[in-house]
Amino acid sequence: MTTSGTGSWLLAALLLLPLVGAAVVVALRGNDRTAKLAALGFSVAEFVVALVSWANFEPGGARLQQSFSFDWIPAFGVHISFAIDGIALVMIAVIGLLVPLVIGAGWADKLPEGRTKGGFFSLILLEQALTVGVFAATDVFLFYVLFEIMLIPMYFLIGSYGGARRQYAAVKFFLYSFLGGLIMLASVIGCYVLAGDELGKGTFDWATLVQVVHDAPLSTQIWLFLGFFVAFAIKAPLVPVHTWLPDATAEAPIGVAVLLVGILDKVGTFGFLRYLLPMFPLASKELAPLVLVLAVAGVIYGSLLATGQRDMKRFLAYVSIAHFGFIALGIFAFSSQAMTGSVTYMINHSIATGMLILVVGMVISRGGGSSRVADYGGMAKLTPLLAGVLLIAGLSSLSLPGTNSFVSEFLVLIGSYPNAPVYTIIATVGMIFAALYVLWLYQRIMQGPLRGNALVGEEPLAGPSTGTAGGVGTLVDSAVGAKKAILDLNLREKAVLAPLILLIVGLGLFPKPVLDTVTPTVDATMCAAGLVDPVQSAERQLQCP
Amino acid sequence: MSVISSVLLLAQEQQPTAPAKVEAPPVGAIWPILIVLGAACVGVLFEAFLPRHQRWPAQVVLSLLTVVGAGIALVAYATDAPAAGELAMKGTLAVDRPALFLWGTLLALSLGAVLLIADRSVEPGGAFVASAAIRPGTVQDRAQVASTGMQTEVFPLTLFALGGMMIFCAANDLLTMFIALEVLSLPLYLMCGLARRRRLLSQEAAVKYFLLGAFASAFFLYGVALLYGYAGSVRLADISAAAAGTDRSDTLLFAGMGLLVVGLLFKASVGPFHTWTPDVYQGAPTPVTAFMAACTKVAAFGGILRVLQVAFQSTNWEWRGVLWGVAIVSMVIGAVLGLTQTDVKRMIAYSSVAHAGFLLIGSIALTEKGLSGTLFYLLTYGFTTLATFGVISLVRDASGEATHLSQWAGLAKRSPLVAAVFTFLLLALAGIPLTSGFVGKFVVFEAAIDDGMAPLVVVGLVASAVAAFFYLRVIVLMYFSEPAADGPTVTVPGAFTTAAITLGVLVTLLLGVAPAFALDWASGAVFAIR
Repeated sequence: MTTSGTGSWLLAALLLLPLVGAAVVVALRGNDRTAKLAALGFSVAEFVVALVSWANFEPGGARLQQSFSFDWIPAFGVHISFAIDGIALVMIAVIGLLVPLVIGAGWADKLPEGRTKGGFFSLILLEQALTVGVFAATDVFLFYVLFEIMLIPMYFLIGSYGGARRQYAAVKFFLYSFLGGLIMLASVIGCYVLAGDELGKGTFDWATLVQVVHDAPLSTQIWLFLGFFVAFAIKAPLVPVHTWLPDATAEAPIGVAVLLVGILDKVGTFGFLRYLLPMFPLASKELAPLVLVLAVAGVIYGSLLATGQRDMKRFLAYVSIAHFGFIALGIFAFSSQAMTGSVTYMINHSIATGMLILVVGMVISRGGGSSRVADYGGMAKLTPLLAGVLLIAGLSSLSLPGTNSFVSEFLVLIGSYPNAPVYTIIATVGMIFAALYVLWLYQRIMQGPLRGNALVGEEPLAGPSTGTAGGVGTLVDSAVGAKKAILDLNLREKAVLAPLILLIVGLGLFPKPVLDTVTPTVDATMCAAGLVDPVQSAERQLQCP
Repeated sequence: MSVISSVLLLAQEQQPTAPAKVEAPPVGAIWPILIVLGAACVGVLFEAFLPRHQRWPAQVVLSLLTVVGAGIALVAYATDAPAAGELAMKGTLAVDRPALFLWGTLLALSLGAVLLIADRSVEPGGAFVASAAIRPGTVQDRAQVASTGMQTEVFPLTLFALGGMMIFCAANDLLTMFIALEVLSLPLYLMCGLARRRRLLSQEAAVKYFLLGAFASAFFLYGVALLYGYAGSVRLADISAAAAGTDRSDTLLFAGMGLLVVGLLFKASVGPFHTWTPDVYQGAPTPVTAFMAACTKVAAFGGILRVLQVAFQSTNWEWRGVLWGVAIVSMVIGAVLGLTQTDVKRMIAYSSVAHAGFLLIGSIALTEKGLSGTLFYLLTYGFTTLATFGVISLVRDASGEATHLSQWAGLAKRSPLVAAVFTFLLLALAGIPLTSGFVGKFVVFEAAIDDGMAPLVVVGLVASAVAAFFYLRVIVLMYFSEPAADGPTVTVPGAFTTAAITLGVLVTLLLGVAPAFALDWASGAVFAIR
């Protein structure tokens, strides 16, 4: 085993802690309470370790830090090697933040018959371990392995604990991602063979592969690029391979939807940055227009469909699709400003959309499980606090200045303009839509007179539900007129949301810690891809070694 | 089988000394084969001389000892075998690295298969008919279902088939290969018809397999005849030498090769020569299906690899395109028709057709990597399939095995362990990382891309994704569906079946997580061309 830099044990702990946690929690599943406490304990410990790891990280130091590596399959030069750079670090920290919150939010949820809390939380911890591994892997083979394995706990999380159409959603999710992964596998092998021709012996080491593939001719690069791109585009997801996300989000339990949108999808955009740009710079430049078109299409398409959604959970999925369009735009606009914007967008989207999903989950659990917008109305009268946090999460999602998302969206747009003015202008329209869909949703659910089947015992306003609503769980019994006992946020829910609100405002006003951590990695990515900034700013200049 | 006798005549004409006069084998190279075939003969004598109630224990002990003993003999020889391999039996057998690897694989797999065949606790009395001569549906037939007797001839038959498979992988000339083909096939035809329950289905499977198999043998033999006409010899190396630089008619060569390869592809159940596979897999007693699916595949691909790499390497530009097409057809047929199946054994049968396509990709990558990759794939696929059929034999209702997919609904609620094991095996068949199935696919596809067959690999990957759907469907049924009220129960397996399933699952896991040692065994294998 070889290690380099300090704090390798921190990264090892980050990988092992959730794994051990998953094993412990599944062993304790007989007793709900102990299992839940153990899960929470492990996830909080993981978050603490993530913070320590961040404190040990030197932004100005080597690109990959806290690394360790040992042989796995010597015949193919496969290693188990992990390390973090600035982008991976902040993503791991966000995972560490979201998992305890998800566990807290799902503390009192009812699970389907025959399922235990212990089983549910242990799968979540397992998923956490695998996603941390995906972000930290520095061996491309290992990355692929974790990329595929990651699907299995998620498949069971959706399929075992989800809503009415969970089987369909779980299989669709799995097949989409698995197909993407397999196509990526072809490219992974292609890179390996290329390295074998070049160096005499194939390797999967990321840093070495970057050196080798980097110089391959354009035609080769394009094929290899496309293999990776399909996998990441499905994961991210970009239009037109996004269709699994609305189904998966709609059917997944709320906590799982947070992980799905907040973390798993980021693997796609992370892959753009870590694999596509440095490994295939020529192809990236050649195919950038393709990606930009898809990105902008995602922004507009996601926004339009979010506006038209009648189901809150599907609404969340389309909001995310629009946001992923922005992230992809920022990455493929090829300026350090836009790329920094995209990286921070990845984090801020996890925080803002994560919170939005959690809050919507709280709304839905108060409405007896219905996720139809039409079943709600005037809820602010019953639950003013809940209405307040929904508004905060919503405003952050529409990038109101002062919230965290504004910083990143602004950076993306301003940084993308010089290289891709037309795309940027079209994408800006998405911002207007964002205000429309968020505020309209808020208005329909929270404002006006108290109404809706889920809140008061009336007949549904819109008549029988139509197909698109989908995933409507059991409606509450429609006893006559009486208002149900719907309570405002309890202490646990406040505790879950408070850190997110703090971060939304905090990172909105003072984004420096995150920017400082990711900037060197973004610069390194720009340099590796041989990109130069279209406009040199006075404060920050891209300096390549 | 007048065909065989005429072949034997032909063989004696051509090689008057070869089969008739057995010389002392120069080394211990062929001890494993001698042990297996010798024990098979002893098994037949057991049937003749032992009283009925002593046969089963005697046969089980004999078979297990044989497989283990042959394994020991193999290891003892392989530890200091010459790296380039050597010829035995007057040059009719080539005992080289690939042959040794395949023998080891076959012996390890048949250990599991014999354990499955020997089990008498899952189905009281064993999965085999008490007396094969009873007509299905008669009073006697109903009586034999309830009895605990079985036709213990299945054990020597298994050993004969195993011996044939071992010779098949090592055959250095086409006639030896043909005889080995018959030695391995004839016992299998019989074994297919020996199911205790659903006898009609079982007998239908046996007849179908026999008729189609005989057809394939005829193709093979005709191919041998044409190739003899072309090269003037049936030895693989001579054919290779003849094809390398002559002005002889290519028509004979390629017609002969085509017919020969059709016969081989049939045995390997490569689409479009797979039509027997679903029926036979479904009808045969499940332990026999496991044996067939695992070992026949290994033997058949062992033969295909040797024929393609030794005899036809030099002309590969002419025929590789055709086998590209065959591989694609096989993968597509396996993946797409697998989607429509409602019977779990038929589903695995179509999965085996898809896997045969993947294996063919490795086989036509005519490099060292292609060879070692295919060998490794065979090892992984064999163990996974063996354990898969082991698990299938456990899920039963009153009328025997419950193989209809709808009967598997909600299985995870009733027996979480069996469902978890089956899920793992299905994921291995789908090629999910950390299972041996993934490493197998990886090595084969890596070899193929290295040999410039990237488009074929992409087709293979897409087919894998399609095939993943039907594996997932079973997982969905087991985990996410409500169990049917009168659904099947899972039998608690006896020691034999437990051992076989455990063996398969452990190897699947081990080769998925730490495949390095087996890759080392498989790598560096080259055929002895003499």
